[in-house]
Amino acid sequence: MNPIMDIAPQLARGLSITLTILVASALFAYLMAFIAGLCSLSKNILIRKITGLYVEIFRGTSLIVQLFWLVYAIPILFGLSLASNWVIGVMAIGLNYGAYLSEVVRSSILAVAPGQFEAAIALNMSSFQRMRLVIFPQAVRMMLPEFGNYTIQMLKGTALVSLIGLNDVLYFGNILRSSNLSYGPLIYIMVLVFYFILALPLIFLTRKAEKVAKKGVASS
Amino acid sequence: MNTNYWSWDRLTEAFPFVLEGIGMTIAVTFATFLFALIFGFVWLFLRRIPNRSLNWFVTWIMEFIRSTPPLVQLFFLYFAWPVIPYVGVTLSAFTCAVVGLGIHFSTYIGEIYRSGIESVEKGQWEAATALNFSIRDKWLKIILPQAIPPTIPMLGNYFIILFKEVPITSTIGVQGILYMANTFGARNWAYIEALTIVGLILLALSYPSALCIRKLEVKMNTRFNNNANKKTNKGVTSQ
Repeated sequence: MNPIMDIAPQLARGLSITLTILVASALFAYLMAFIAGLCSLSKNILIRKITGLYVEIFRGTSLIVQLFWLVYAIPILFGLSLASNWVIGVMAIGLNYGAYLSEVVRSSILAVAPGQFEAAIALNMSSFQRMRLVIFPQAVRMMLPEFGNYTIQMLKGTALVSLIGLNDVLYFGNILRSSNLSYGPLIYIMVLVFYFILALPLIFLTRKAEKVAKKGVASS
Repeated sequence: MNTNYWSWDRLTEAFPFVLEGIGMTIAVTFATFLFALIFGFVWLFLRRIPNRSLNWFVTWIMEFIRSTPPLVQLFFLYFAWPVIPYVGVTLSAFTCAVVGLGIHFSTYIGEIYRSGIESVEKGQWEAATALNFSIRDKWLKIILPQAIPPTIPMLGNYFIILFKEVPITSTIGVQGILYMANTFGARNWAYIEALTIVGLILLALSYPSALCIRKLEVKMNTRFNNNANKKTNKGVTSQ
């Protein structure tokens, strides 16, 4: 029997968890990024400070610590039955990378050339129209490559959820290895290949985004 | 025994216990960073060999290492490496952490070196040739003095990112702060206080360093007009 053919389907059982965690936490992180990124540009100092606190706490500590912390903190804060480990994994990864990405959102909006902003005022646009029609479409283009890079980082981060007992690709890899010690090297290489195959589309999208980001943007 | 509550007493009890791991965490961080700085040169030299297929191969190897989870790479070194025939030897947890994370981060560091060298303008290279500089002089007197300073803030950023990544080595038994916190948690059936301390320690060390790096970045930007930062975006996440 070909060991690769034996191992692959075993590892593939973890794909659904890895992928659902990735998609859910990426969407959550993007949402947090736009909320926190826009809040950090708010005129209200209180909103800015609170956002700053969130961003610095999550950027200043590790994902693995946040993950473990949330596992124990959420039952204390909200009661035991509220959150499954899947939700906690998504929350940890989403909050962590949301904080990093909020800085990308903020700096991209600030990087749109001030002339664009002034032109929008001259055209008598409301502040909401300015943001929606002029600043945002250009800022989003500039954000794309970093969003791609961070999504790859998030994929790497999903491997940590095996540590809180979720049955992802790495979890099945560990289980397999413990029953066939001599296949350990092959098993872990295949786990790495699984993650790499998942990362490939993201890598190509990021490269494409780098090209898109340079077009049609007036950056300062 | 249910300890699902916050206890200030346990917090004060956990603090000295967790703090015992700080030396190890810092030692791993410095050793790994040194390893990554040195190994980064390997990638730099491999990428500079003028052979297209080799270049392509090295680029994809770097991409592979960079876009797969460091946790799996650590498990590979710690659990699987010893059973590989001929080359396999049992590595201590510390060695695995330094080599595993070191290689992972060296792919980023190599990219930073490259961006530094590419940021030196073409005219400088031509001038060195025109002035008949030897290869040694060209690198030591013209290229490197301009290539190195702009990379320093970027390297600093990666040092902080690495420091925050080091706690994952607790999974293979490196006795840093997270390991100590988990040990404390297992003994007392209460993890939250010890983990909070780990978070606070990380924050207390990484936040001031990040502020210093930001200051340094501003300083360098005004001095070197920062060509390096513009070119480095590819595949490198600046955090």
